[in-house]
Amino acid sequence: MDLAAIVVIQVLYGVASLVIVSAGLAVIFGMMKVINLAHGEFLMLGGYATLGAVKVGINLWVAIFVAAPLVVGAIGVVLERLVIRRLYGRMIDTMLATWGLSLLLVGIVTSLFGNITAGISTPLGSFTIGNYSVSVYTLLIIVVAVILALTLRAVLLKTQLGLIARGTMQNPQMADALGISPSHVYSVTFAVGAALSGLAGGLLAPLTGVVPTMGSAFIAKAFITVIGGGPAILAGLIGASTFFGAINQIAAFLSTPVFGEVALLVAAIVMLRLLPQGITGRFFKGSL
Amino acid sequence: MSSALARFATSWKSAAVGVAIGVLLLLGLPSVVDDFTLIQLTIYLVMSILAVSLGFIWGFGGILCFGQAAFFGLGAYTYAIAVVNLGDSTLPFLLSILVPALFAMVLGYVIFYGRLSDVYMGVITLTVTLILFNLVNSTAGPEWKIGTAPLGGFNGIPAIPLLNWPGNTDESITPRGMFNLSFGLLIVVYAGLRALIASRIGHVIIAIKENEQRAQLLGYDTRAYKLFTFTLGGAIAGLAGCLFANWGSFTSPTIFGLAQSAQIIIWVIVGGLGTLLGPVIGCVLIQWLTTQIGTQQTFNSNLVLGAILVLFVVLVPKGLLPSLGELLQRLWTRVRRRPQAGVGVGVEERQA
Repeated sequence: MDLAAIVVIQVLYGVASLVIVSAGLAVIFGMMKVINLAHGEFLMLGGYATLGAVKVGINLWVAIFVAAPLVVGAIGVVLERLVIRRLYGRMIDTMLATWGLSLLLVGIVTSLFGNITAGISTPLGSFTIGNYSVSVYTLLIIVVAVILALTLRAVLLKTQLGLIARGTMQNPQMADALGISPSHVYSVTFAVGAALSGLAGGLLAPLTGVVPTMGSAFIAKAFITVIGGGPAILAGLIGASTFFGAINQIAAFLSTPVFGEVALLVAAIVMLRLLPQGITGRFFKGSL
Repeated sequence: MSSALARFATSWKSAAVGVAIGVLLLLGLPSVVDDFTLIQLTIYLVMSILAVSLGFIWGFGGILCFGQAAFFGLGAYTYAIAVVNLGDSTLPFLLSILVPALFAMVLGYVIFYGRLSDVYMGVITLTVTLILFNLVNSTAGPEWKIGTAPLGGFNGIPAIPLLNWPGNTDESITPRGMFNLSFGLLIVVYAGLRALIASRIGHVIIAIKENEQRAQLLGYDTRAYKLFTFTLGGAIAGLAGCLFANWGSFTSPTIFGLAQSAQIIIWVIVGGLGTLLGPVIGCVLIQWLTTQIGTQQTFNSNLVLGAILVLFVVLVPKGLLPSLGELLQRLWTRVRRRPQAGVGVGVEERQA
């Protein structure tokens, strides 16, 4: 019974962390059809922003939920202006340029802070279920993922901003004709996506430690989740996170964490062969 | 595009010039430089073969593979494992080409026959590279072995036996022989691919890159042609991997890494997409640059490589060789027009 509870928590945690890690990418890819290969580095920058904020004496929670998204969102705005903007509509070139940005960011951060892992101790302590100990922070990640998904849904469905974003996504020319500048919308979308990635990086920092190359550990998982999700941003994100997160955690539970990741990646390739349009290309059509 | 230079670039003459320069360098260099430099040059050649493999499938087949390093690494590991088990290097050499080719074939089948688009292609190839990296990286313990060859995990496989004359394991290859072999194989690969591109099959491959739907409507099974291109690219990358394992007699999981895959793409994009010589030039330039960066502390190589990739994609998307060609072409037409300067030229110049 205790074991079952632990497994459920671990699976939920696996799903939640995928949602958090992929949300920024899902927004950028879903809205703008820009594949941001520097996504992992946005997470990394979020981690460093949190670390830096904590070092100068800012409260950890403020650092994670305010400083990290703000800093990375601002970096996102600058990069969008300088590079991404020139390449809209050229998908492959965007992939290559963002890959370049990813290397560049790793290089800059390595030059500044060195290639060492800096840690923040995991807050909130832990509690026990029977013989097992669970970190409270794990539960926090699950809660944050739920809030994040609900907020995204609310913003997209209920607000003026969400309406404009969805309209531009569906038909940029029409939005343009109605007096909404698509480039402005893209700019804001990219910043929001970057900020979400920053938040994810901040949340992960106490769990994984911060190192310049930490992005590459998440990039593949995030991509697979977003691509596997298919055209509907939110339903896809949650569907794919659930599917892949569960497979990852169960395989990791049965063997080793490395094989958990391998199982996730293999499942992704098999799934893309069966459902080339992603989960929401076949199921939940027309959802958000 | 039908300028004299573009015609030259696609004619057999340029292929002959490329091969001739290669043969001259192959014969000339060993008598000019010392053994140490020769060994340094050999790695450039090995990586050039890898660069050509991506230059072919991307520039001519239109298949952007983000995981060319996977085939490269697979070639290196196949050679290492097979040669440790078998002793004689003939079969391992062939296996190191065959295994990556088969792997590319299976992967290509999933991608092309699943009608996955470019973006998914990029993500899948990237994913496969990461799977291999993670898998091999986690095989550090002594329980992980294939036959008598321990996989070594993140430590890699050291002391790989070198290539030897078929059947004679006492006579293994010298550094000088390694240089000759690598250069010879680079020339063979280059010439072979040029011949393929000029052939009927090559024309179909290029047609599919230009307009896949039209090629389909003309009755070509584009999936089969793409699969062939991809498999051939995998085989060549595997060959490069085998040579790499021989060069340092060492291989480690980092050759599966994302950084390695990114480098290959940078070589091709810097040298010039749609050429075979471009990737070689890009590879040599970037490799040289990386070595230079390694000697100082101010800039880290990731930083410089990343900046180069961004700048080339945004500012010089065609790459060095085609851009240089265009520049020469423009100068040439200007020089040629001068002597005929008459009344009409003024108008022409104003238009240009």
